[in-house]
Amino acid sequence: MKNFLEHTGIEPGRLHFSWISSAESTKFVDVVKKITDEVKTLNPANKKYVKTEPKVD
Amino acid sequence: MTDYTDKIKEIAKRVLTEGKVEMVIGFRKGTLPMMNQPHYATSAESANELIWDSNCSLNLANYLTDKKGKIGIVAKGCDSRNIVTHVIENKIKRDQLYIIGVPCTGMLDHYKINSMFDSEILKVEESGDKITITGNGFSETKSKQELLAENCAVCTHRNPVEYDELAGDLVEEQKDVDQYASLTKVESMSADEKWNYFEDLLSSCIRCYACRNACPLCYCPTCFVDESRPQWVGKSQDPTDVKTFHLLRAYHCAGRCTDCGACERACPMGIKVREFTKKLNKDCLELYGWEAGLSLDERPPLDTFKTDDPDEFIK
Repeated sequence: MKNFLEHTGIEPGRLHFSWISSAESTKFVDVVKKITDEVKTLNPANKKYVKTEPKVD
Repeated sequence: MTDYTDKIKEIAKRVLTEGKVEMVIGFRKGTLPMMNQPHYATSAESANELIWDSNCSLNLANYLTDKKGKIGIVAKGCDSRNIVTHVIENKIKRDQLYIIGVPCTGMLDHYKINSMFDSEILKVEESGDKITITGNGFSETKSKQELLAENCAVCTHRNPVEYDELAGDLVEEQKDVDQYASLTKVESMSADEKWNYFEDLLSSCIRCYACRNACPLCYCPTCFVDESRPQWVGKSQDPTDVKTFHLLRAYHCAGRCTDCGACERACPMGIKVREFTKKLNKDCLELYGWEAGLSLDERPPLDTFKTDDPDEFIK
């Protein structure tokens, strides 16, 4: 999945996968911190991932 | 490949009159050049309509889903791999089927042929590996190899993997072809270039879902794009919706796709939709050593678990 999405043009580093049990609160915090830090270094996404307004030609 | 026709007719008539099967699924001549239609032969007379040539690139396994009774089916290499996938996924039982195997030497790319000529093509005939294309005021003969569909040109499973009877002698498999050559170009691009490449690729998509309907893997009673409660994906022409559809369609085929090329042939806009499934096929081969539809006894990688499955992506 990761390979595939990155093949279609999503920057490496924007997509993260992790397995966290509901008992692993500290791991959750660590992972989220790490992800936000990494994604911030990539600058805001200039690609359109979310549909905003209907496009009219 | 036209010489298979008589043998296919003979086998079909025999199994129909012997009562071995209730129908034989094959091809008959279409109304336009290079467009054969799927045909259900239910009697010896209708079996007479069956044909075989280099325009039979649709995948007949598509018509087997949840069928009852005994069925005969004409299957080239990729069809037979999709039949195996159908059996593995419990969409049909092997003992319901009488498979007429057709060793295949590749199918023609009708887009390529149409784009070679300015005016309408009226007739396309083949003899051996020569294809003669005739229209108003022109007639040209070309070698079949240069007119092959992209997936057929890199095919390494031309002979059927599963069959009850063959319509001709097995052909030599292609060696030394780089199945994934088309991916290398995209792989060498930067993330932004890749994004733009795929935006561009899909810009002409009209969301007709012909690629899905032609695909033997897409047999869900209600496809996720047709579902309205919940509505997973918008029905508009917005690039986000179009891309969501194509990415998910391809992902649903991961580890199951045999690269038969039916999606690309069915696309009315000539979009290279195989660009997506091809990447997933390559990943499956590299990560799990898996090619779909080669054996009835093995489970596909995405429905089994092994302790040594690659897991570098997950932290």
